[in-house]
Amino acid sequence: MDLLAQSVPILLKGMAITIFLGVTSFVLGFWLGGLIALARISRFALLKALAIVYVSVFRGTPLLIQIMLVYFGLPQLGIQLSPVPSAILTFTLYSAAYLSENFRGGILAVEKGQWEAAGSMGMTYSRTLRRVVFPQALRIATPAIGNRFIALMKDTSLASVVTVVELTRVAESVGSSTFRYVEAFVVAGAVYWLINSVLSVGQELLERRMGRAYA
Amino acid sequence: MTSDDVAIHAQGLHKSFGDLEVLKSVDLTVRTGEVVVIMGPSGAGKTTLLRCLNLLEEPDAGSITVRGRTVNCAGPRHSRNRRRLIRDIRVRTAMVFQQFNLFPHMTALQNVIEGPIHVRRLPRPYAIEVGERLLARVGLTDKRDEHPARLSGGQKQRVAIARALAMEPEVILFDEPTSALDPELRAEVLQAIKNLAAHGMTMVIVTHEIAFAREVADRVVFMDKGYILEEQSPSVFFSNPANTRIRSFLRLMSDSGPHPELEEAS
Repeated sequence: MDLLAQSVPILLKGMAITIFLGVTSFVLGFWLGGLIALARISRFALLKALAIVYVSVFRGTPLLIQIMLVYFGLPQLGIQLSPVPSAILTFTLYSAAYLSENFRGGILAVEKGQWEAAGSMGMTYSRTLRRVVFPQALRIATPAIGNRFIALMKDTSLASVVTVVELTRVAESVGSSTFRYVEAFVVAGAVYWLINSVLSVGQELLERRMGRAYA
Repeated sequence: MTSDDVAIHAQGLHKSFGDLEVLKSVDLTVRTGEVVVIMGPSGAGKTTLLRCLNLLEEPDAGSITVRGRTVNCAGPRHSRNRRRLIRDIRVRTAMVFQQFNLFPHMTALQNVIEGPIHVRRLPRPYAIEVGERLLARVGLTDKRDEHPARLSGGQKQRVAIARALAMEPEVILFDEPTSALDPELRAEVLQAIKNLAAHGMTMVIVTHEIAFAREVADRVVFMDKGYILEEQSPSVFFSNPANTRIRSFLRLMSDSGPHPELEEAS
């Protein structure tokens, strides 16, 4: 047990890296996903086509391939990224694809009458989006977006293959140096579960808060 | 009639949805201060005409002039100038919808001041002052901070009327404003509209409420199958209609209220 107790500091550090990866990629992916959703519903055919291709590629290929392509592949093109930035870049691009679809679903679910009411008072397209459509779309999409955040938190474990010392990689190294694999991975799993339980509660509170006007 | 007296002038409007020709050359002039009621069986094109007047639907042909600004429907569709012109006309022609279409994430007051602040660019404190006055005018001062989900249908529609008024439009277009309401809630909305009429507001109202139309209208426009069949003063229209189509319409309406399936009756 001593050996494991000694591992607590690096486990905590791994946890911090995991949270950092997840939160940073989610925030960046949130905004990128919003832009992609806008392109997807745009009346400019080129933008729309680019968005469709983007989503199709990043949803249709394994995340592990994307991670390795960015980390091992980009240097071949002369772009060298350290492990953490390359992981964040990949997770951002990947989750943006999913989030853009969540946003799009939310936007499409806003009643046509809302667009018409805004349009009939002479609001511009962009103002209608910002003032009328987004607030409602965001509320509709919140459960799906929350699920995405939680899934991303778990997906960050794949960063371990490109040498990012996050929770999973820490567990692996603790396991191999102490031969206490069961304990190491159970503890790591429990930490993921804890992080995601906090996210779930946050999502619940957010949904309740956003739903207040509709009660 | 000088052009100053004309609030809306629509000329030669055509509109098709796919193969269905909903408007077949419609001309309509609404004078300032006039209350025009549009009646007719469902499928006659009433709602489409109304929606064309503030360009929620763009007619396939014809032109619409609001206070000297003309949109010609044959022109190029997506030019920047055209979009601006359309917005300009929409600001001047407020719309009240059958389904209210209030913004559910905003309170009653926020709904009313949204246009004044974000379209008309009025300073916020002034917009709030105006908004409160308008809510008082439709009798909803105490609902100022309620969200639409907490309002009855009649209250929602009165907020929608206040929201329309807040744009200080040349004309308000009403698309069956009481059709989605339970009978006992209709009176409060009709009363609010009558009050506007008494204040000289220019309005175009699509409705099936005969008693209301008779009382409030300066002119009744009867539409059928995409045409305007008749334009009459309400006294002549209701007591002595020239057209047999109108007579059978009125008979059906007074028999049993609104008749959605009326077009089969002809």
